[in-house]
Amino acid sequence: MQSNENVIVVKNLVKKFGSFIANDHLNFEVKKGEIFGFLGANGAGKTTAIRILCGLSKPTSGEIHVAGYDAYTQTEFIKRNIGYMSQKFSLYEDLTVKENIAFYGGIYGLPKKQIEERMQLLFDRIELHHAKNKLIRDIPLGWRQKLAFMVSIFHNPAIVFLDEPTGGVDPITRRQFWDLIYEASHKGITIFVTTHYMDEAEYCNRVSIMVDGKIMALDTPAGLKQQFEAQSMNDVFLKLARNAKNSE
Amino acid sequence: MKAFIGFIIKEFRHIFRDYRTMVILFGMPFVQILIFGFAITTDIKDANIAILDQSHDQETRQIIQKLVSSGYFKLASSIKNENEIPEVFKQGNIKLVVIFEKNFASNLEKDHKANIQLLADASDPNTAKLLTSYASNIISDYQREMYRELRLPYQLNPEVKMLYNEEMKSVYMFVPGIITILLMLISAMMTSISIAREKELGTMEILLASPLKPLQIIIGKVIPYVFISFMIAIIILTLGVTVFGMPIIGSLALLLTESLLFIIMALSLGIFISTVSKTQQVAMMISMFALMLPTILLSGFIFPIENMPLPLQLFSNLMPPRWFIIIIKDIMLKGSGIEYIWKETLILVGFAVLFIFLSLKKFKIRLA
Repeated sequence: MQSNENVIVVKNLVKKFGSFIANDHLNFEVKKGEIFGFLGANGAGKTTAIRILCGLSKPTSGEIHVAGYDAYTQTEFIKRNIGYMSQKFSLYEDLTVKENIAFYGGIYGLPKKQIEERMQLLFDRIELHHAKNKLIRDIPLGWRQKLAFMVSIFHNPAIVFLDEPTGGVDPITRRQFWDLIYEASHKGITIFVTTHYMDEAEYCNRVSIMVDGKIMALDTPAGLKQQFEAQSMNDVFLKLARNAKNSE
Repeated sequence: MKAFIGFIIKEFRHIFRDYRTMVILFGMPFVQILIFGFAITTDIKDANIAILDQSHDQETRQIIQKLVSSGYFKLASSIKNENEIPEVFKQGNIKLVVIFEKNFASNLEKDHKANIQLLADASDPNTAKLLTSYASNIISDYQREMYRELRLPYQLNPEVKMLYNEEMKSVYMFVPGIITILLMLISAMMTSISIAREKELGTMEILLASPLKPLQIIIGKVIPYVFISFMIAIIILTLGVTVFGMPIIGSLALLLTESLLFIIMALSLGIFISTVSKTQQVAMMISMFALMLPTILLSGFIFPIENMPLPLQLFSNLMPPRWFIIIIKDIMLKGSGIEYIWKETLILVGFAVLFIFLSLKKFKIRLA
């Protein structure tokens, strides 16, 4: 459910670590409800950019607005309005499903009653009623990953940042995971996702590809394939990333 | 604030769900206190001795009687001649041999001089030193009694009194030592591990990307351990007082306040360790080797600092536990008030401030 309202605006974002330039004049906008694929080889500078957008790190220069807030001075407000799911698994293994949800709901300041209501909806949606009192470590990885995503949008953020959310997950679960992503997008939540799976890149509304700290391409998957005369996103990615200096 | 309380509840869940660690945490004070109290005692009681009495007269019998009735020594065997001595020591259970020369009583009568030789098994030097000094004290006591009516023109009578620990009980040393070590262990090691775990699992990033402020996260991580450490300090003190009769002469409130200060100092050290270690393993290694060993060896708990070589003495000044042990001993045994221990207290405050400052600095760099 895309609208024309921009929720992320990045103009000339530069991030330097000493003399190393991790992000070199990035420019892009992301619209409300859009699924925005943020691609690049390892070491291309994706994680650095995501950390800045999440308010975890300060940009060196450039103009960045996330959910309408300034990334230099209003990180507190940004944090209230985003969800974040990192490539590392992010639920507590020694807490139960319910305790995890209640904890994350709590740190975003949701009232108890609301947590309870949304929790029921969540269990309905991913069919987890039977396991709600189980410890996270006792439920299968696929479910944990879906749950982690549902938890990251539990407080209804404007934007959710997913940093390689489907690593190590089987194809069926990945498909289900993307169904959840689509649903969230229909509710108006903007999805900002990084991935190494090129089939997932095809699911995105628009895709940007970073090479050596620069955005080398940004368009719809169809547009990119046309532009680079490629059959698949995989070919597009290979054509761009082949000349990278910093990739591992 | 509600988010913060939720965070603390979560921390307590982590701790209480980890049964193994819980058992270790709360079992350790008991085990350590009992081991140190009953097994590793440096007090002498019923030490086995052998006597080689080549004289068998009134005097030697009385001295032997006095040695045995002191309660420190037990007569394990009487030997006939010097050749047996090596054999007796080799058997291992006899730590001291007392030898009276031939014609002991008549020498004493005639020359006003008779010789007693004490042979101690110095493969364990501390025990040997203690045994010989106990024995010589008893013998000189006997001598003083003998000539009580005889007034010598000059008399030097050193009267020794062991202040603050008249019975030379070793509990007085190890209760403060164990409190210090356990508080250090729990506060510094457990917090550093628990913060490092959040980093390792990636949950720290999630927390940092949430509206919780970094300071709230750190304080939330630390509060449960303040609570647990404080409980453990109270357990050890209670055991020390009830089971081993350790006195608390000074103010209990002051003692507990100082303990809290030490806990906070150790926690800030734990936070600092966690800022420099990426994984739980690293945090544990640093706490174990960089912290525990120096704490045990250089704090004056086991080895007296005065006997160390100068460089180590200077180095021991950098060990916060050293100062805390002084504080506890002064309060418990001497009843000192803050006016006597303000210097040590200030040093602990200084360490705490230093570690917090270093952690904040490290943390800022990471966020920049």
